[in-house]
Amino acid sequence: MTTSSPPPFQAFLDEHRGPVLAYLRAAVGPHHADDAFQETFMAALRAYKRMDGRHPRAWVMTIARRKAIDHHRARARSPEPRGELPEQPVAGPEAQAGDGDVWSAVAELSQAQRDAVALRYAADLSYREIGETLGISEAAARRRVSDALANLRTRIAEEEIR
Amino acid sequence: MNRIDERELKRILGETPAADSEAAARELAERADREGLAEVAYATLDTPLGTALVAGTERGLVRVMLPNDSVDRVLEQISRRISPRVLELPARLDRERRELDEYFEGRRHDFDLALDWRLTPTGFYRKVLRAAARRLPFGVTASYGEIAHWAGNPRAYRAAGTALASNPIPIVVPCHRVLRAGGELGEYGGGPKMKEWLLRLEGAIGD
Repeated sequence: MTTSSPPPFQAFLDEHRGPVLAYLRAAVGPHHADDAFQETFMAALRAYKRMDGRHPRAWVMTIARRKAIDHHRARARSPEPRGELPEQPVAGPEAQAGDGDVWSAVAELSQAQRDAVALRYAADLSYREIGETLGISEAAARRRVSDALANLRTRIAEEEIR
Repeated sequence: MNRIDERELKRILGETPAADSEAAARELAERADREGLAEVAYATLDTPLGTALVAGTERGLVRVMLPNDSVDRVLEQISRRISPRVLELPARLDRERRELDEYFEGRRHDFDLALDWRLTPTGFYRKVLRAAARRLPFGVTASYGEIAHWAGNPRAYRAAGTALASNPIPIVVPCHRVLRAGGELGEYGGGPKMKEWLLRLEGAIGD
């Protein structure tokens, strides 16, 4: 056999649930992350028998990213709470002063830059994995994260002045 | 705050308590079950001999793992041979776990469970295991030759032994009740000590 069958889904779920949830919290905000998480892994389960076994993390992150994009499109279309303003995230137990500024600044980034930051710093992916997830080269992934980080730093500085 | 460094950013954005993703994963498993996508459900159970595992499909109990085996190995096998859509769903195995608990406490002599035989090839192997399940009640033993005879081929006692050794549903399909002709206990997937323990529980051998 050239390809091995995928591992039991429970093992796959346990291996990737942490990074996927962390990515989604940064990508769509903590309040919507749980729904996006359910949609991500249900879609993964439906497609599981066709999974690319060589890059499981990039595979599931690609699905999670599609769900994040769907989420933002749906919100942009919906008439009520107009668009981009992020709900203020719930600060985690170890949150320190200044963490809120970081979350707000991430939420204000463009979709592409927010994705890059979320994949690198929330989900803790390597540049190679980020490239696989976004369908770009490792070098391009590195540049995208670096640009996003520079932009993020500018915004955080602005938040602090405000 | 000065220029935020990358470690600090990871701390702030990446801080997702394991308990959160664990709860989300449990919810996912239940949803998958409701939508009919959890093709194999499994649960662990504590026994006097250690932690065992039970797995079931929509047809019934498909696998019992004895405590001396490896959970990862058994789940890999199930994933390969039945479906990779394997999820931990204890509630779906409530009945199996309850009946096994009662058996280990000596309060249950017969199992009343639907079985999924698909991990045993059809033909002689399956006939041997079905014969053990049907003709060997609690506390009753037989020899490999007798089982081979019941399965339709009295001379195939060695093959009968192989079939029993590959029993995917031990205890419920009571391969431990098959002994060597001279009364020696013979082999057991769970190890000879476990076979002895089970036969004592059933009063099939003395103290």
